Amino acid sequence: MGLFNFLFPPQRNSASIAKERLKIVLAHERAGRHAPDFLPVLQKELIAVVGRYVEIRDDMLRVTLGKSGETSLLEINIEIDGAKPKPPRLSPA
Amino acid sequence: MAKVVVITSGKGGVGKTTSAAAFAAGLALRGHRTVVIDFDVGLRNLDLVMGCERRVVFDFINVINGDANLNQALIKDKRNDGLYIFPTSQTRDKDALKRDGVERVLDELKKQFDYIVCDSPAGIEHGAITALYFADSAVIVTNPEVSSVRDSDRIIGILASKSRRAERSEAPVEVSLLLTRYDPGRVARGEMLTVEDVKEILSIPLLGVIPESESVLRASNTGTPVVFDGESPAGRAYIDAVARFLGEQREMRFVKPERRNFFRLLFGRA
Repeated sequence: MGLFNFLFPPQRNSASIAKERLKIVLAHERAGRHAPDFLPVLQKELIAVVGRYVEIRDDMLRVTLGKSGETSLLEINIEIDGAKPKPPRLSPA
Repeated sequence: MAKVVVITSGKGGVGKTTSAAAFAAGLALRGHRTVVIDFDVGLRNLDLVMGCERRVVFDFINVINGDANLNQALIKDKRNDGLYIFPTSQTRDKDALKRDGVERVLDELKKQFDYIVCDSPAGIEHGAITALYFADSAVIVTNPEVSSVRDSDRIIGILASKSRRAERSEAPVEVSLLLTRYDPGRVARGEMLTVEDVKEILSIPLLGVIPESESVLRASNTGTPVVFDGESPAGRAYIDAVARFLGEQREMRFVKPERRNFFRLLFGRA
């Protein structure tokens, strides 16, 4: 049997692939389901504000709502490592 | 107290209308006064599946707008005295289904019926949300296939957050799984998700498994809910599902591959 499997590796059945893919995508979607509606807008506005001072791509700023014990935690992660500072803006005349 | 049951799925084409027709007819066969309502405004089809398409005069929207009264719009099934069909309108105005109007109609139906079965449209738009909003129970129709399972999960989430029971912080809508178009042969060959896989992924109780069966198309061809075909595996599986819904214990049938039967091969009836 061992030699047989070695010579003819069994094809992974497609149903188990389906199950695995579903588990991963649903775990992700369920996590985001309870997020309040304002999070995407908040994220966009933060990117715009931070973007005035340093060059930042959309994926460098993440806003998540989590829990730490009893308290809700609004977590904002901004990655600026390697981000180029923008030249200072001229103050309005 | 009358119970509102929504038949929903998120994804289209999984067998919601077939299941709503079979489920409602199954409840009526058990002696419960049952009405089945088509919520798919603009894409009326329950009337065809129930075989009463030529008897539609007034519809759901007419009643909501006060152009007809309820008893003018309800169609009495010719096969069972306790079964009524409430057809929807073919209007293109999807928003015609006003929530307060629907509530008024449901409250009136509750006085006459034991079960109000709501056949939801596909999707997660206005019509689908209205269909599930007033539900006490929800039957999630799912095919053993990735997109159907994902959409079912989405609808389960919506039931938990957007239904009236959720909004009022009442006891949650009772949710159960109806797995349709199940092919035990393909499951055995590892080509299709198993009942256990889908149950585990969605983690809701299993109401029934309906095997892929020729009798389903035959039933819709003739406008006869499949439970009236007591010979067919699908019909018997729906009858079992209704019994479980009513609180009975029934063993799951039609989940193992069928042995090849010589006569069946000869005469080709499934």
